[in-house]
Amino acid sequence: MRIPIESYRLSNGLVVTLSEDHRAPIVAVNLWYRVGSANERLGRTGFAHLFEHMLFQGSEHVEANEHFELIQRAGGTLNGSTWLDRTNYYETVPSNELALALWLEADRMGALLPAMTQQKLDTQRDVVKNERRWSMDNQPYGTWSERLPALTYPPTHPFHHSLIGSMEDLSAASLEDIAQFFSTFYRPDNAVLSIAGDFEPAQARALVEQYFGAIPRGASPIPPLADMALPPRFGATHREVVPDTVMVPRLFLAFRAPVFGSDEYYAGSVLGAILGLGKSSRLERVLVREREIASEATAFTFDLSQGADLLVIDATARPEVSSDTLEAEVTQVVDAVRRDGVTRAEVERAIALIETSFVTSLQSAGERADKLSMFAAMFDDPRLLNEQTDRYRAVTAERVNAFARERLGTDNRAVLLYVPRHGEEGEPDEAEAASGAAR
Amino acid sequence: MKHASIALGGKAAAPPRPAAAAPKPYRFPRFEIVTLDNGLRVIVAPVRTLPVVTALLLVDAGASTEPAGRDGVANLTARGLLEGTMHRDGNALTEQFERLGASVFSGADWDTANAGVTVLREHVEPAIALLGELALTPSFPERDIARLRAERLADLLQMRTEPRGLADEMFARFVYDPFSRYARPEEGGSDTVSTLTRDDVRRFYTERYRPRGSTFVLVGDVSVDEGVSIATRTFGGWDGVVSPIAPPADAPARRTRAVHLVRKEDAPQSELRVGHVGLPRRHPEYFRVMVMNAVLGGLFSSRINLNLREAHAYTYGAFSGFAWRRGAGPFVVSTAVENDVTADAAREILLEIDRIRAAPISADELSLATSYLGGVFPIKYETTDAIARALAALAAYDLPVDYFDTYRDAVRAVSTADVLDAAQRYLHPDALQVVVVGDASQIRAPLAAMELGPMLEYGADGVEISKD
Repeated sequence: MRIPIESYRLSNGLVVTLSEDHRAPIVAVNLWYRVGSANERLGRTGFAHLFEHMLFQGSEHVEANEHFELIQRAGGTLNGSTWLDRTNYYETVPSNELALALWLEADRMGALLPAMTQQKLDTQRDVVKNERRWSMDNQPYGTWSERLPALTYPPTHPFHHSLIGSMEDLSAASLEDIAQFFSTFYRPDNAVLSIAGDFEPAQARALVEQYFGAIPRGASPIPPLADMALPPRFGATHREVVPDTVMVPRLFLAFRAPVFGSDEYYAGSVLGAILGLGKSSRLERVLVREREIASEATAFTFDLSQGADLLVIDATARPEVSSDTLEAEVTQVVDAVRRDGVTRAEVERAIALIETSFVTSLQSAGERADKLSMFAAMFDDPRLLNEQTDRYRAVTAERVNAFARERLGTDNRAVLLYVPRHGEEGEPDEAEAASGAAR
Repeated sequence: MKHASIALGGKAAAPPRPAAAAPKPYRFPRFEIVTLDNGLRVIVAPVRTLPVVTALLLVDAGASTEPAGRDGVANLTARGLLEGTMHRDGNALTEQFERLGASVFSGADWDTANAGVTVLREHVEPAIALLGELALTPSFPERDIARLRAERLADLLQMRTEPRGLADEMFARFVYDPFSRYARPEEGGSDTVSTLTRDDVRRFYTERYRPRGSTFVLVGDVSVDEGVSIATRTFGGWDGVVSPIAPPADAPARRTRAVHLVRKEDAPQSELRVGHVGLPRRHPEYFRVMVMNAVLGGLFSSRINLNLREAHAYTYGAFSGFAWRRGAGPFVVSTAVENDVTADAAREILLEIDRIRAAPISADELSLATSYLGGVFPIKYETTDAIARALAALAAYDLPVDYFDTYRDAVRAVSTADVLDAAQRYLHPDALQVVVVGDASQIRAPLAAMELGPMLEYGADGVEISKD
């Protein structure tokens, strides 16, 4: 399964990747900026994501929210998202509207600041605070996505702090921060532009040159991140027990893992799928079907390409099961894999599922464009997209077992355990006592 | 607002905003409908862009076909299909699928049950043979049915602290007459689910899982002949007829406005649902209502979201929608807002509903909605899975075979007068039920002061708390 890929660089440093096909009269435009929450300075957690919201508030020739309106009026879909190490913006439009999508992205890359106002910042700050409440503070277990990185990356590491940010830091964000962040990170030499779907390459190249060609490079070098390098293992079992407004315990068990794109990553990814992808994965089979102690059990990776990645098991207890039992049972599954290894059949099943999911995802122009941007932004080589299937197929049971031995030991585990909060206030509950004892 | 002008002194002017090129033609994928001798309807859509196939079996066995007192049996039966067959147990069955790289799924919604799989072309035959095996010869092991029942009860327990799911369930309960199936959870509440047995599942399966009344959809890298031959081989020996069942009663619980406050202590946000009984899927004015809703709250750029999010910053997002079912599903506006603006947000939602009934929308608003709905049509159907689900809906609601080919014309035919008419006839401000899940101690007084209607208060279990 291969798709056509062309790639080149404008004189201002913008990397462009193109993947032409004419299956349907639609085209996807996708921009990755190499900036995420990792690039935030002290006291400004959540800023990269707040900034993403500001990119929909207009630019020199576009009114607030007009970007949304113009794309929807054109019959397109759009959005943006922020992650630890990147921010992406994307549109899928009928192919006769390619120029509009490119023009809008270029206007905000080249001339965002004239449109920025205090009122827009205040509004989006409140919207983001409500996003935090909605996705995290008012959701059972919602804080896991900021607690787990905090537990697994050292305090000085760029991946340690909260992506959505604290309410205090969001309150502190100013227009000066916007201007500084924009000139530091939002520049053609820090971005990848991908176009996938129904377009004529010569015309697309001309449009890209016309709209993006005159945007200047950044004036100063992009400030390097703090040292990302980490030892291959935590060195201990880290532990945090969180009493929360929840009805049943839920465990996140994380392992430090090799970075996305490395040879070892693929072995880890296959191990994750053996453990927790699909209905006949180990966790589902043992914990959900046979032992009936969990109602759900999955595993996944964060897919970070710098520093270190995380392999995470996520298991939710059945109501009658205690948090101790949940943890002990998950641990047994992990220990068994580490001790006895996996079978060839398990490896084949995992690779087959991953391959189908990969090929199926390529049906969508937006997915193709996003993956091209990802490989170009992370590894300077969009053609790696076409090598993914082979890299997975090269994984053997021996490599998975070596990974399990090296990475799943007690010296490389982080336990984040949510437990139901007891009713009475002031009464020291079991969970807090357990948490204290572990520190 | 500035516009680009002539370049001076060698400095390049910003390129002007581009105009759209001429649109290219698009057609929904061609498909053929063939009825097998046993009455099974087979729909095949050859889409040969990637070596991928989606197969979907659709059975007239949704929640609204459940016998009285057996809420939840439709979901339990559909999920139970994956728990084993006469030939192999559940572990072996799912492992067989997954060794082919196929993620198999099954489930039930209000109107239908389905089981399906997406798989690479090279594995189509064995994957569909397995799909046929689980659909035609399920064993429903006692222990696994008990486990699925316990998992549903666990979900219900968890919902007490999950405000979004809780708000949706409470909304249904306060909007529909208690005798309506729609008043109760789609997958069943704990009162009935806890009493469901393997016999209930077997009986429901035997009555409802029959070829005449069911549909098999095949989309992807297959020809029509191949598809029909696979369907005949897999399902040809199946027999029986499923009797159609009238859609559930959809009478409202109340005909006047009321506020329902469901307590969730210390909640940092209120989950808000505002709406009433809507319309059935086969309503003759479906397109007018859909365009009206797009302007009201169906899009990011629609009135409710621009008001609540972009003008007032009350929320991360606010949307409205009609839930389309065989009977009249609900119309609902959904959002989550900060505690101290809960009452204001409810007021703004009511104002927007009044406003779209009071005066015609602008031509600009209309063209935004219709060009969006028409334009995203090809984007919605990029994948075999999405096409299969669209064809399943065609079958489930007996839509005309040219439905997809005429869809965009039907959208474009809607006028501003049609939208006003639809808003006036199908939005009922006086019958709106305002449901709030949140911290009652903070939001009770401001909500009461708004005088939206009588206010009732409930625990997280939905039991009314009497005032004294």
